Amino acid sequence: MSVTTTIQVNGKSHSVAAEPDTPLLYILRNDLKLKGARFGCGLGQCGACTVLVDGKPVQSCDFPLSAAAGKAVTTIEGLAPDGKLHPLQQAFIDEQAAQCGYCVTGIIMAAKALLDTHSRPSDAEIRTALKGNLCRCGTHQRILRAIHRAAKEIAK
Amino acid sequence: MSQTPAPRKLPGNLNTNRRLDRWLKINRDGTVTAFPGKVEIGQGILTALAQIVAEELDVALERIRLAPADTTYSPDEGMTSGSQSITDGGAALRYAAAEARDLLLQRAAARLGVSLEQLSVADGVVKARSGGSVTYWEIATDDLLAREATGDIAPKPASLHTIIGSPAPRRDIPAKVSGAPIYVHDLDLPGMLHGRVARPPSYDARLAGLDEAEVRALPGVVAVVRDGSFLGVIAGREEQAIRALTRLKRIARWEESTVLPETPDPRFLLREVTEDQVISEKQDAAAGARAAKTLDAEYTRPYIAHASIGPSCAVARFDPDRCTVWTHSQGIFPLRRDLAGVLGVEENCITAIHMDGAGCYGHNGADDAALDAVLLARAVPGRPVRVQWTREDEFNWEPYGPAMVVKLKAGLDTQGNVVNWTEDIWSNSHSTRPNGLGGVNLLAAWHLARPHPPSPPRNPPLPGGGSHRNAIPIYEFPNERVTNRLVKRMPVRVSALRALGATANVFAIESFMDELAAAAGADPVEFRLRHLKDARARAVIETVAAKAGWRKGEKGDGARGRGIGFARYKNGACYVAVIVEIEAGNELSVRRAWAAIDAGLVINPDGIINQTEGGIIQTVSWALKEAVRYDRSRILTSNWDDYPILTFEESPQVEVTIVNRPELPPLGAGEGTQGPTAAAIANAIHNALGVRLRDMPFTRDRVLAALA
Repeated sequence: MSVTTTIQVNGKSHSVAAEPDTPLLYILRNDLKLKGARFGCGLGQCGACTVLVDGKPVQSCDFPLSAAAGKAVTTIEGLAPDGKLHPLQQAFIDEQAAQCGYCVTGIIMAAKALLDTHSRPSDAEIRTALKGNLCRCGTHQRILRAIHRAAKEIAK
Repeated sequence: MSQTPAPRKLPGNLNTNRRLDRWLKINRDGTVTAFPGKVEIGQGILTALAQIVAEELDVALERIRLAPADTTYSPDEGMTSGSQSITDGGAALRYAAAEARDLLLQRAAARLGVSLEQLSVADGVVKARSGGSVTYWEIATDDLLAREATGDIAPKPASLHTIIGSPAPRRDIPAKVSGAPIYVHDLDLPGMLHGRVARPPSYDARLAGLDEAEVRALPGVVAVVRDGSFLGVIAGREEQAIRALTRLKRIARWEESTVLPETPDPRFLLREVTEDQVISEKQDAAAGARAAKTLDAEYTRPYIAHASIGPSCAVARFDPDRCTVWTHSQGIFPLRRDLAGVLGVEENCITAIHMDGAGCYGHNGADDAALDAVLLARAVPGRPVRVQWTREDEFNWEPYGPAMVVKLKAGLDTQGNVVNWTEDIWSNSHSTRPNGLGGVNLLAAWHLARPHPPSPPRNPPLPGGGSHRNAIPIYEFPNERVTNRLVKRMPVRVSALRALGATANVFAIESFMDELAAAAGADPVEFRLRHLKDARARAVIETVAAKAGWRKGEKGDGARGRGIGFARYKNGACYVAVIVEIEAGNELSVRRAWAAIDAGLVINPDGIINQTEGGIIQTVSWALKEAVRYDRSRILTSNWDDYPILTFEESPQVEVTIVNRPELPPLGAGEGTQGPTAAAIANAIHNALGVRLRDMPFTRDRVLAALA
């Protein structure tokens, strides 16, 4: 049964009417028109839909709306609220760290969660943090470089 | 009887789309719009095409706009495939822009009252030596380019290039990192509904029974669409469509009859009926008689999935006189021909508009999803319907890269030279794309109550080739016989996967070259050079060996080892040599890779490097991990647990060196790494462990079995 749930997304409060077990991904994309989190598998296996809930990366395709109630959700759109790119986004441009780019927003969100808790992660730590994110174009090395670059930039 | 002379041949796809205004528009606001028919599939093509236009017109790169491909106005450039976008589409834009510049200069000369020789151009400002100036934006009118191209105006020589050959940041990346709604998956039209298709459990399953009423009664369901064995549902909200799909799948009863190969081993192909063609034959009896040692070996590649990260998606809408479809197809015009066939309408009643999708790496479900959206939208005229394939749809139904078997036999003389070479390859065709050749190559069309049978498969002909792409060795062998054994029966759905047959053929040839080198007691690098005359081929091998610090006769240490692989893609596109270093610990991993690539004139160096790095890493994934699984009736690969791909923890470091040849024509560069990388890995495994793996993928179990 459809119920009204209030969620906080990128600092704003939204009330949405949907079944409570609806995956958060569809609420973000279809109700809030935030298309940056992407559908990749619907099974929590690929990370294309990664967003932050209370600062932790979750796969929003596999995360029910009801579990997001009362929590702070951050999506890629929340990284550059005033149009100024987040250092991670700028670093991905500087390193040209995308090919098709479909996986990239999820990876940036996973990287943000990492950098929020580890200011200068090692290569191994970054790779581990991206365990849940798949890239099919083979852009891995550029993505790793971009995350190192962003970490350095943020530490400045 | 008088005859109209055949129109003269124009460069690239200008030949089939001959009007200049099909390609370019000079705008009064200081911009230029280019209309490529080739599409962005993550390979960075639009950035490179913009560079070409800016260079030839003498305007800043920032002034170039690119119109999205749309059947309403774009030139029909067929498919974006086969690494042909720079050679065919780029050539057209290059000549069109050079000619547009010439027309602009003529007009400027008339306006300024001076001769052409007195003019110079910088960023669209034309200056006369005597002082006057005028801009493109002032003198361009719509009639300027409303004419056929002549192809007479030569593009700039490389010595004058300032934009071509310099790294240009990809124009699509800022939007991609910002989360902007740029993919067709993100299209959100007013009143849009959500559709899903309940695919059969196996290829030929027939829908035998269904109680639609209980699905129609589910919340949000707008329609259940059933036509033969095509079964879909439309709902107001996406999650409602998904719930309805789950219910449909549970209650639909199917009769299954599909018979898949009895074994996942590609050698089942050896027992199939084949259509044989000798594609290379060289005879030198005297040389052949010198054979002192003979080797033979058999190599295989399994079915490999494109495995796009974003399952296919499309949006369609039916209006009274028109059907519009938004799609990430690689060929909006061929797709439109097939859609028209299904709908029984004229092609010009359908508009197909390209939007970006996730990387496809060849023919995946993109076109099929477009027909799904069209069939569902037909049930709700005026309402756009978005169809999103599930992960299972994509893995179960995409046409895989075909399984292949390559058998090789060669003789060495006492000096260690190859004196004869016999090669036989078994494979299905490598293209079942929509092609308008009589049938319909779209999945849902085969399941309708009145089905449209598929068009006959088309194995792209040589010299590019399909299954036989790169089957003819580039090495100089005095005796050679290469036979393509095309398997017509297609128990598993297959089509074009990045590099087509080149992956398996180069994997086999380049592995066998290492086996022969070992038999000849030669270093693998030196052994290749010994059999190569082509200076460009030699240069990439020498370059990669130098960059990697290859030591003559280097041996692995029982855990680590290195190997090389080389090919000239399609025997006519880019030259690529790859060296990889592997490590065999608990798991087999590729730690590092070095590559050298010669793609002639380079348009965007960073674009080529990005494609080369990506190609290598993707092939590491294919070679170490990937194979589609099936039993006698069903595909068993449905999700990422069934089909693991390379992860961040497993991805190698890659170092790419470009051998730039600015004076030579540009060559396709997106698919040159697959074969060389697969072979380099097999050769490195042998170098490290002393075992030869001839069946992809090189899994831990296979390594252990070989060591036992």
